[in-house]
Amino acid sequence: MGKHAVTVTINGQSTDVAVDSRELLIHTLRDRLRLTGAHIGCETSHCGACTVDLDGASVKSCTVLTAQCQGADIRTVEGLAGADGLHPLQEAFFQEHGLQCGFCTPGMLMRAYRFLQENPSPTAEEIRHGMAGNLCRCTGYQNIINAVQAASGKMNQPEAESAE
Amino acid sequence: TADELERNERLGGVGCRRRRAEDARFIQGKGNYVDDIQLPGMVYGDFVRSPHAHARIKAIHKDKALAMPGVHAVLTAEDLAPLGLHWMPTLAGDKQMVLADGKVCFQNQEVAMVIADDRYIAADAIEMVEVEYEELPALVDPHRAMDDDAVVIRDDLEGQTEGAHSKRIHHNHVFTWDVGDAEATDRVFSEAAVTVKQDMLYPRVHPCPLETCGCVASFDKVKGELTVHLTSQAPHVVRTVFSTLSGIPESKVHINAPDIGGGFGNKVGVYPGYVVATVASIVLGRPVKWIEDRIENLSTTAFARDYHMTGELAATEDGRILGLRAYVLADHGAFDACADPSKWPAGFFNICTGSYDIKTAYARVDGVYTNKTPGGVAYRCSFRVTEACYFIERMIDVLAVKLGMDKAEIRMKNFIQPEQFPYQSALGWEYDSGDYPTALQQVMDACDYQGLRREQREKRERGEIMGIGLCTFTEIVGAGPTRNCDILGVGMFDSAEIRVHPTGSVIARMGTKTQGQGHETTYGQIIASEIGLPSENIIIEEGNTDTAPYGLGTYGSRSTPVAGAATARAARKIRDKAQKIAAHLMEVSEDDLEWTGEGFRVKGVPDQVTDMPKIAWAAYNNVPEGMEPGLEAVDYYDPPNMTYPFGAYLCVVDIDRYTGETAIRRFYALDDCGTRINPMIIEGQVHGGLCEAFAVAMGQELPYDGAGNIQGASLMDYFLPTMVETPYWELDHTVTPSPHHPIGAKGVGESSHVGGIPCFSNAINDALEQFGSGHVNMPHNAYRVWQTLHALKLDQ
Repeated sequence: MGKHAVTVTINGQSTDVAVDSRELLIHTLRDRLRLTGAHIGCETSHCGACTVDLDGASVKSCTVLTAQCQGADIRTVEGLAGADGLHPLQEAFFQEHGLQCGFCTPGMLMRAYRFLQENPSPTAEEIRHGMAGNLCRCTGYQNIINAVQAASGKMNQPEAESAE
Repeated sequence: TADELERNERLGGVGCRRRRAEDARFIQGKGNYVDDIQLPGMVYGDFVRSPHAHARIKAIHKDKALAMPGVHAVLTAEDLAPLGLHWMPTLAGDKQMVLADGKVCFQNQEVAMVIADDRYIAADAIEMVEVEYEELPALVDPHRAMDDDAVVIRDDLEGQTEGAHSKRIHHNHVFTWDVGDAEATDRVFSEAAVTVKQDMLYPRVHPCPLETCGCVASFDKVKGELTVHLTSQAPHVVRTVFSTLSGIPESKVHINAPDIGGGFGNKVGVYPGYVVATVASIVLGRPVKWIEDRIENLSTTAFARDYHMTGELAATEDGRILGLRAYVLADHGAFDACADPSKWPAGFFNICTGSYDIKTAYARVDGVYTNKTPGGVAYRCSFRVTEACYFIERMIDVLAVKLGMDKAEIRMKNFIQPEQFPYQSALGWEYDSGDYPTALQQVMDACDYQGLRREQREKRERGEIMGIGLCTFTEIVGAGPTRNCDILGVGMFDSAEIRVHPTGSVIARMGTKTQGQGHETTYGQIIASEIGLPSENIIIEEGNTDTAPYGLGTYGSRSTPVAGAATARAARKIRDKAQKIAAHLMEVSEDDLEWTGEGFRVKGVPDQVTDMPKIAWAAYNNVPEGMEPGLEAVDYYDPPNMTYPFGAYLCVVDIDRYTGETAIRRFYALDDCGTRINPMIIEGQVHGGLCEAFAVAMGQELPYDGAGNIQGASLMDYFLPTMVETPYWELDHTVTPSPHHPIGAKGVGESSHVGGIPCFSNAINDALEQFGSGHVNMPHNAYRVWQTLHALKLDQ
């Protein structure tokens, strides 16, 4: 089986990998690049624990071949915090107790990161629908919804202030 | 007091909504779960599994798999037999095949393990292993298990009439366990004015933690030492078992449970994967990783429930309950691997008299083998308390319907009253404390219960279907007193070890193991309050058996009752020593000192104070003559009793009569777990448990077809609610401390699952029974509800 040479940008860094055509992106991230934040919770593409941001979309990385990712721009949970500290979503999950075992958290965060760009000021109902591709077994979701709303409020704040 | 509250807030102590110490790593992808572990030379193991529920194995052909590049070994029972490891003991006192020994007894059972360079090659090689089977009839209906002509599942037990728990009266009989006064109960029933009887099924479901089970086993041939990283809720117990099975001294077995992506009772026992990966590592001399997939997890690891229950209540005409009789047929699958304290084969099902003062009762449970996966106790069950609670809470409703009595009123009428605690139940438990009427009244007031009943009557006249579910439960958690609770002979104590550093920071370890419940945060809060040092500088660790004190693990909501108690007691030992050091430093008598919450002051002289950091420093350089330097303590806590948290839940549902779809309009949950260490964490536990309860009551099941095929064992069908389906939760609480617990705290983690399921199911039944449906079994998914509506011609 020949290897595919694939160049991707991950969390802002260009990275070369050589993979079999059948290698799933989640395994490339976890086993090869040691970005073990993204997790595997199923094999039927339901749980969303493997969600990463790929070229501006939330993607379940267990359902993408790495060989399909030539030239892609990928962000994982490890790249969410910036130079000036945690992303407001990370801070909000912490403040609102939006995680317990932490296994769904990286996927939740990466989905919320994209979702809040799609819908910067969502209602609770919109969050429930917008994040329905991510399963959580610990939280009963309520605090996750609170966290996404809190982050949305915080992220919209500077704009609101400058508009005043 | 206000001072105490302020201090606890400042120290991050008991009662405050301290943000979690765990979160920093998890929100940045820096947790360390088993599959994150990579070791030099590590290879991957995975199973060839049985397509049949019941079959003899005629031959296993490994050659093609072994010939594949990257494949190192294919292990079968033959390879394990010389080590005596083709079978393993279970927590229930039975044994379980590690790899199929001549036959398979449930579908997806482990037949062979392939070891390969990576998981992709392992998966290929599994396909190349050929197994020849001779099919046998499958037994799936537990009600037929003890028929004369029922197929023999356990050939290995042939002729054994004595099981681990009782005489065996049939080749598929596991045990009979009973408790209570049978004769007195029969008498009550023969004389009672009113009796009701109801069959009900608590269906087989699965805890389905988002992270499946897995391990990395690494045997160091040079040192003769074994290290296993694994998804275990009870790592010390695993070490003892692995040492016993392998013959490697316990000091040379290093078990490490790292971060665990949820357990929910699924990760208590030992699975074949752990054993075979370990054997493979010993054979190959290199690390072996085994990580199961979701379908394997759902179809071969510990299921929950599968209790077929018949309930009876005897009462007066005005609704005073006089007697209770319970009979349970328990489907345990092919091997009894049900996780229980060893003397309790039906767990604590005998809490089934619930929150009610029922003087006379009798319960009997018969366990049977079927061609299904082993398990039974898992998924926030507190050792069968889920079943016990469902049993009594449904029976109360059945009795209310028979009497035409309101469901809140019948509960109020039969509650154990606050002044009756400690209360001795008819089936043997001594409830520690409770105030049930206050709790239920608080819920009824908050939800305008009378208004809801009015609305329900009005709706019914308009042809709309609305149900109101109540559940007033009593939990039993914190196993438990070593006089009657042990796991494979080890008493069910737990432990804490606290060490104060010279500069006043702390490392502390416990014998429990968090799987998300926030122990790294909350144990620190207990210590902070007890010894007056800020919790932010207290590191909590669990799971590494080399460093943590021996404990029995985390399940049965036992962490707070047992290790939480040990933590407070160990901290108090430190405080006692600190007082002696403080007396020495301040040149006064120990008796002249009083605790300030952060140090000691001389009684009556408020400005003569010394604080814990000063005392900690002195402990390392200036202790009284004859005293050991240092400041640390250990406590192994043997609890005098369980803790008995309780709750009052209310649920309102609206049912679409044409589709059978149910909308959860409202769910209100009041929990009382005594002293609340961290309200934020408790609320998260309750949310999670209620979400599970919703799933179990409304959609989850793991059915088997007549041929023994497990059905719905993937997320294609197995109902895990998303945010869209999950209801909004309203929470409330009262505080009734446990009198015997060092800080008055009771366990709580499983309460919401235990109490939530009957509340949902009671709401559905409440909606339907007015039309004469009788009891309807879970799950109450749209199709099932529609079937009931259709049978009653309500959908037309």
